[in-house]
Amino acid sequence: MHIKRREFLQVGSLATASLFVPKFLKAFEGAPLVPPGNKVVVILQLSGGNDGLNTVIPVRNDIYYRSRPGLGIARNKALALSDEAGLHPALTSFADAYHDGSLAVLNNVGYPNPDRSHFRSMDIWHTASQSNEYWNTGWIGRYLDAQCHGCAKPTQALEIDDVLSLALKGDESKALAFKDPKRLYGTSNERFFRQVAGQHKDGHHDEQPVDYLYKTMAETLSSADYIFKQSRLHPSGADYPRTELGASLKTIASLIYSEINTKVYYVSLGSFDTHINQEAQQQRLFGEMNEAVGAFIKDLKKNNRFNDVLFFTFSEFGRRVAQNASGGTDHGTANSMFLLSGGLKEKGLLNALPDLSDLDEGDLKYNIDFKNVYATVLDKWLGADDAKILGQKYSQLSFI
Amino acid sequence: MLTNQVKNQHLMWRAGFGPAAAQLPQLENITPRELWRALWKASAKDTGYLDVADDYLKGLFMGVKEAGQQQRRDLDAEERRMIRDKQRDGIKNLNLTWLGEMVDSPAQLREKMAFFWHGHFAARNINIFYQQQLLDIIRQNALGSFRTLLHGVSKSAAMLNFLNAAQNRKDHPNENFAREVMELFTMGRGNYTEKDIKEAARAFTGWSANVRGEFAFRMFQHDYGTKTVLNRTGKLEGEEVLDLLLEQKQTARYLTEKIYRFFVNEAVDKDKVEWLAGRFYASDYHIGKLMEDIFTSDWFYEAKNIGTRIKSPIELVAGMQRMLPMEIQNEESLLLIQRILGQQLFYPPNVAGWPGGKSWIDSSSLMMRLRLPQLINDVDELNVRPKSDDDMTGGREEGMARRSYGRTGRPINATIDWAAYLKHYERTSREALVTSLQGSLLQVAPGFPAGLIASHADSSSRERFIKTATLQIMSTPEYQLC
Repeated sequence: MHIKRREFLQVGSLATASLFVPKFLKAFEGAPLVPPGNKVVVILQLSGGNDGLNTVIPVRNDIYYRSRPGLGIARNKALALSDEAGLHPALTSFADAYHDGSLAVLNNVGYPNPDRSHFRSMDIWHTASQSNEYWNTGWIGRYLDAQCHGCAKPTQALEIDDVLSLALKGDESKALAFKDPKRLYGTSNERFFRQVAGQHKDGHHDEQPVDYLYKTMAETLSSADYIFKQSRLHPSGADYPRTELGASLKTIASLIYSEINTKVYYVSLGSFDTHINQEAQQQRLFGEMNEAVGAFIKDLKKNNRFNDVLFFTFSEFGRRVAQNASGGTDHGTANSMFLLSGGLKEKGLLNALPDLSDLDEGDLKYNIDFKNVYATVLDKWLGADDAKILGQKYSQLSFI
Repeated sequence: MLTNQVKNQHLMWRAGFGPAAAQLPQLENITPRELWRALWKASAKDTGYLDVADDYLKGLFMGVKEAGQQQRRDLDAEERRMIRDKQRDGIKNLNLTWLGEMVDSPAQLREKMAFFWHGHFAARNINIFYQQQLLDIIRQNALGSFRTLLHGVSKSAAMLNFLNAAQNRKDHPNENFAREVMELFTMGRGNYTEKDIKEAARAFTGWSANVRGEFAFRMFQHDYGTKTVLNRTGKLEGEEVLDLLLEQKQTARYLTEKIYRFFVNEAVDKDKVEWLAGRFYASDYHIGKLMEDIFTSDWFYEAKNIGTRIKSPIELVAGMQRMLPMEIQNEESLLLIQRILGQQLFYPPNVAGWPGGKSWIDSSSLMMRLRLPQLINDVDELNVRPKSDDDMTGGREEGMARRSYGRTGRPINATIDWAAYLKHYERTSREALVTSLQGSLLQVAPGFPAGLIASHADSSSRERFIKTATLQIMSTPEYQLC
């Protein structure tokens, strides 16, 4: 255990001498401790199958309006991106980001032989398997396996949730999931847990299941402490909406400003499974997403970290082109993805809107495999071996 | 030298859902062979059909003859929503009813074997009748002939529906069922070709089920032509393909290895599996005989096979309830715990079932497991929310989730009946108590000193001490193993 000199100096000097610091130095308060260039990924999962066609709206497309007489979003209501495309009216922060060059939109993202079951399709996105394969590890989990071999604190990837997603489970390493790092171990029996975990001894070559359990327990407790301390080191002072996503993104921002080694943050919002009364449900969820993400972008910009953060959204599938009889839409296939960062190389609409005249039994045909996006992020943003992690080489995109 | 007590507990954990409080005296006094015979005998009886479906649904589905549009004839949105809710509630009830059997039934071996097949023939389905029927096929045949079991499951509405049988037609074969039956149900990957799958799919065209869940053969959608599967050529029918798969010795090997991993050890002993598979094949796939071969062998009781299995969430929860019989008022909490820990009956992650082993354990699931005894004791609160599962809920969970899990503090409201348990330790000296308790609760030597448990137990009375020490022992990594 060593105290990092830089951290000590900064924390120490600010704590003791902040009253006497000249004004020009005060400007450095809250400046990033981790040097710029520590690139992180923040993933927002839109659970339930977000309706991509009412997210990025083809405002000039007659087929769209014919297929959705009640649900179609009128051109003058959508937030204009281009002559052809508009955003859902609730997504003002995303429209702003589009106009200042920090939003990229990928259309028609999917995979071959799409599955319309939520769980299965989510599995396919989480594991990055083909649709006829059943893998037990996730793509971020395998990233951890590759990056974190033998590392003491498995905090390279964190999920802000009570339960860990398959995406973050590797063979050897698994990420940590928590809403509040203190809640990882409950409160009533904490002292007992710490003493039990204290019995753990390192260095077994022939690891038995019991060693694995002790190791996980010890790592969980020490990581929970570590995360808790880090989250208090430079807590974001920005205003976030008082929603679950707002709180999660604020926690993530605070950790980004700390010295933690986390490269991937994962958080979910839902349910976007809008079979009935889609309009109100999507509006409400997008409202929550828009406010939280808007605050997050503002916060990151203020702290000069927006260039080092790549934020993206995905959903297990999009929805059918035609609306159903209950004011909703049913499970579909390909979908759009948002990519947000101050460090994008390509911005705006990266490819054409879906071709609604060329459907597969009423569903969109994908033309970008999501594994191309993963490969790009793994290689170009995280500097990891994408082919090893994804099981094969996928061609990469050029947005970063 | 392992005692009979340890060996018997090992057998109870592997061939059942763990030792019950009332069994404790007996487990010290009989041989594993005697215990095995008792288990076998208790599971030999016919098992009843678990029927929890709502009367309204029964009238609706069992009254109509044919599937298809009729089902939707004049149901409005409100009615359809009500049906979905009733289906979901039905599956919840079926879950709790079956979990209750795992805890209370003397037919421990049958229920444990059925639990294995539930993961082997994994099917997600929101139809309560389909689920009840599939569970019944599995429970009836759990210890019988795998041939009967395979044919029964393959023709069940649950599996046909789950693996897209309706889309498997003469002109557009859907390979899903043909693929999974080879890859997951019989031979395992790498023992057949893509061509075999394509050809087998043709043999299964026209297999379907009506709305009542009965097998229906749709002759106009069936491909009567010549097919070649695994080098056998002929006008093969679906049943013949299943038998052809059973003719392959690889099927016996694949199943035996999976059973060995589940019941004996994840680290497979190839020679043992080969020997067992040979006998399994020779018995024409008699599951009960295979299990007898395993549970009456000497090697099953070797130290290297004891205490090395990470209990699945269902095994953990059922095992606690067997040792500490309890009345749980907030039954929903049992479903919630299943979801949080990653194993909810009737909702396998996919057709490959639950992967098991280390995959049960991550930081949050482990800590939740360790907290369970305190939750049961209502000292801790269930303040954890599971992931949403839209396949179950059709997107309407949010509201419900907020209502039932959003609040912090959901007591389980369990009342433990300690009588049998306390009685067993009546004559144990205070000094020997912790060691004795550990002896019947743990299958692996504790890595912590006995004093640790004592120092975290309530010493105000002997009874309080036994109770709190028991719950602390159950809150350790060692208790996660069996």
